[in-house]
Amino acid sequence: MVKFLLRRLTVAVLVALTVLTLSFLLTRLSGDLAISIAGPSATAQDVEIIRQAYGLNRPVYVQYLDWLFRAVQGDFGDSYFFRDRVSNLIGARLPITMTLGLVGLGLALIVALPLGIIAAVRENTWLDRTVMMVALVGQAMPSFWLGLILMVWLGLNLGLLPISGTGGPEYYVMPGIVLAFSAIPSLMRLTRSGMIEALSSDYIRTARAKGLSRLSILVKHGFRNAAIPVVSIAAVQLGFMLGGSIVIETVFAMHGVGYLAWESISKNDYPVVQAVVLVLALIYIALTLLADLLNAVLDPRLRTA
Amino acid sequence: MSGAVLPGQGAWRRLLRNAGFALGALIVGIVLVVAILAPWITPYDPFAVNLEARLVPPSFMEGGTAANFLGTDQLGRDYLSRLIYGARISMIIGIATVITSGLIGTTIGILGGFYGGRVDDVVMFLITARLSIPVVLVALAVAGLLGSSFLLVILVLGLLLWDRFAVVARSTTMQLRTLDYVSAAWCAGSSQMSVLMREILPNIATHLAVVATLEMALAILLEAALSFLGLGVPAPLPSWGLMIAEAKEYMFFTPWVILVPGIALFVLVLGVNLLGDALRDMLGTDLSR
Repeated sequence: MVKFLLRRLTVAVLVALTVLTLSFLLTRLSGDLAISIAGPSATAQDVEIIRQAYGLNRPVYVQYLDWLFRAVQGDFGDSYFFRDRVSNLIGARLPITMTLGLVGLGLALIVALPLGIIAAVRENTWLDRTVMMVALVGQAMPSFWLGLILMVWLGLNLGLLPISGTGGPEYYVMPGIVLAFSAIPSLMRLTRSGMIEALSSDYIRTARAKGLSRLSILVKHGFRNAAIPVVSIAAVQLGFMLGGSIVIETVFAMHGVGYLAWESISKNDYPVVQAVVLVLALIYIALTLLADLLNAVLDPRLRTA
Repeated sequence: MSGAVLPGQGAWRRLLRNAGFALGALIVGIVLVVAILAPWITPYDPFAVNLEARLVPPSFMEGGTAANFLGTDQLGRDYLSRLIYGARISMIIGIATVITSGLIGTTIGILGGFYGGRVDDVVMFLITARLSIPVVLVALAVAGLLGSSFLLVILVLGLLLWDRFAVVARSTTMQLRTLDYVSAAWCAGSSQMSVLMREILPNIATHLAVVATLEMALAILLEAALSFLGLGVPAPLPSWGLMIAEAKEYMFFTPWVILVPGIALFVLVLGVNLLGDALRDMLGTDLSR
């Protein structure tokens, strides 16, 4: 178990370092960052001033080590556009994105788990096929478009929910539904296939032979085993949702980190963009690590992996 | 990922009888033909502005005219013509991304699965690192830095979406490596390259085809999302995502303006996914992750 933990932790740290390096390289893609910051109408002199001011005249490896050293301490520098530290900006907006992600995941689980179980129990019936059709539709739905449709339908026509903006719980419903839509197909398929496998196993036959109630067999014996892969995919899906939050937050004008990133990209505010990429990647790494640990706790067979 | 690597006997016959496959093939086939024939079947120039006929509803709706079957956009451009040219953009992005990412991912995956050991550790690390990178965000950031263009979208998506190819190529190669016919090829004195290209690759091809459909669907959706956010395919190209973005301002008054390109996008992606699902059923494996 200790060996497994150490191995997973080492990989996570190495991946985190890779992502740190990549997010540094990302902003150096254009060749000369000073020219990009200065904008198209800047003179050569302006560019030189910016190069001095942001320390871009130093050798690249010095800039890289400087960025790495500070980033590890949670210091991402100052925003070019907002008069604030990047870490403050992200800290203020991360709760919105996290809440949205959790709402999305919660909604997705509420829909995906029962449907997946029903489909498995009624395998190869019309019910099963209908559920699988729902998965296909969910997979094909462009999230930003679904967001707009909901805005027109629930927001304008029915007047049930606020159309867009940041605020109380009611502002999280529509974006949450849209996010959930993207996670439902894979969660549902996995629950279904896990349940089908579990239900055809020997221990279920034993449980039936013992005369246990149908519900008790389904929940205690079937779902408990099917839930193992679902737990890890749920964590991974949350990571994907946070990464994809930029689209949903922009559509609904929710001021989370995704919206912050979009604003910063359009304003050439690279320190912020860099930091958001990094933070979302680190959260994803932490979530997958958590998922692996949860799996090891739930399923002892995996601990030797 | 259980089940045999190789499709069983009669698999192709089963596939052809699958209703989902038929529907998927029909949708993708139609879009492909429309995309190829675009210059010959569009009623109007998709870029021709007509400020006197702006936001004309489709001909089957109230106020529509026979001249513009799907109406016109906010600049009076024929919506049907733009939609048809948009199919070209989606198909080119989808296919080009799959080819790029497929080459990268398959190479990486086969190497890991075939050689195992240290090589596989590196491959697994690459996959893990790639998965931790938020695709949409990075694609937007790169487009913001370098300036968005059609080619850049293909390049960025191609360089980012190889992970699933690598995962599947790796695990299927691993299963094949120990099979008798591969050992037989070794014994017969085949070179490493020849074993990889002639024994392994053809036998994992169907699995890669399933991944290809998933990635194509994803690439089409991502291009639309990037274009919708203004950092994908640049205007005035009629990307479906861009059409939705341009129509967004008017959607509260005339909802059909976002419905037309949105439904087109949805149906195409559904078609591609149906193909993939049917292929997966045929193989009897679950690659949905």
